Amino acid sequence: MATPHRYTTLAIALHWMVAALIFCAFPLGLYMSDLKLSPLKLQLVSYHKWLGVTIFLLVLLRLVWRATHTPPALPASIAAWQQRAAHGLHHLLYVLMLGIPVSGWLMSSAKGVPVVYLGLVRLPDLLSKDKALGNALQTLHASLNYVLLALVFLHIAAALKHQFVDRDDTLSRMLPPLKRKS
Amino acid sequence: MRTLNRYLLPALLLVASSVHALEFSEVQAAKSSLVFGYQQMRVPLTGTFTRFAIQARFDPAKPAAAQARIDIDLSSIDTGNSDADEEMPGKLWFNTKQFPTGQFVSSSIKALGGNRYEAQGKLTLKGKTLDVTAPFTFRQEGANAIFDGSFKLNRLDYAIGEGLWADIATLANEVSITFHFVASSKK
Repeated sequence: MATPHRYTTLAIALHWMVAALIFCAFPLGLYMSDLKLSPLKLQLVSYHKWLGVTIFLLVLLRLVWRATHTPPALPASIAAWQQRAAHGLHHLLYVLMLGIPVSGWLMSSAKGVPVVYLGLVRLPDLLSKDKALGNALQTLHASLNYVLLALVFLHIAAALKHQFVDRDDTLSRMLPPLKRKS
Repeated sequence: MRTLNRYLLPALLLVASSVHALEFSEVQAAKSSLVFGYQQMRVPLTGTFTRFAIQARFDPAKPAAAQARIDIDLSSIDTGNSDADEEMPGKLWFNTKQFPTGQFVSSSIKALGGNRYEAQGKLTLKGKTLDVTAPFTFRQEGANAIFDGSFKLNRLDYAIGEGLWADIATLANEVSITFHFVASSKK
């Protein structure tokens, strides 16, 4: 079976949903952390956690997709080292997209605040309450997010470079069918 | 609060020793706890008051003669979150400058059968006094009596969390109070 030319509709949908949610959760996390305690802050913190859990679940689905599908090959015109770099970057993105929500969950547990997904499903506490550990995990959670920010920037820059400088079909593999060229 | 102990307890004990040997009146503060539970964005959380003084006498054989009075130092609140702890003494919350202590005074205690009892009394918080009913259990462990009970109240009835904090969709109105008191009998 030849490798396909593009991702399946499901894979494309998952990619862009996760991207959109990350673009909500990241600035939300940044904004709410600096807010003075208020009902608004409590709401935003909850929404941020719900976004994180949703991202985690969608990324798990993406891994299931990866395990059951062959992703489309990168254009052969791309140098081997760049292909390896791209794969390495994608792996790191997956690690962070799973690791960051988990670090937030651990942080929440250590701070003694359970995560109740959508206000409906209570997740088990992973750690018992420990203030110092909670603060350390908060630093870890934030740091991992800045690493993710840098990698996402790289990911986007590479995609744009292939689209507008190299003018190859790298990006179209992940674009919705309507916008796909040829 | 300790001064209350100094004056009230001897008086109570005097009564106690004269009527029954099995009366529990010496509450051991270090072994006792006063916990409140609430929901924030449907997340169940708990906090405690770490300083409270109790004057009580309880003889399981004569519940009708039992009495309890609890004074809570409201500034001893521990919500588990330092930002929230800073907020609690403020005017929108407990306004501890004007109302430093909360108080429960029993008006009647009755037996419900088995080891279950029910205390009715008046709870005063932030200058408002309302009737509360608290079921509790009594059990004896060696020389100690252990009282465990809980009741619910609506925080807005006492104007606790006013203004922007009156938003009960974010911070539930219902607060559960769970108490665990250990008392010994004074011979």
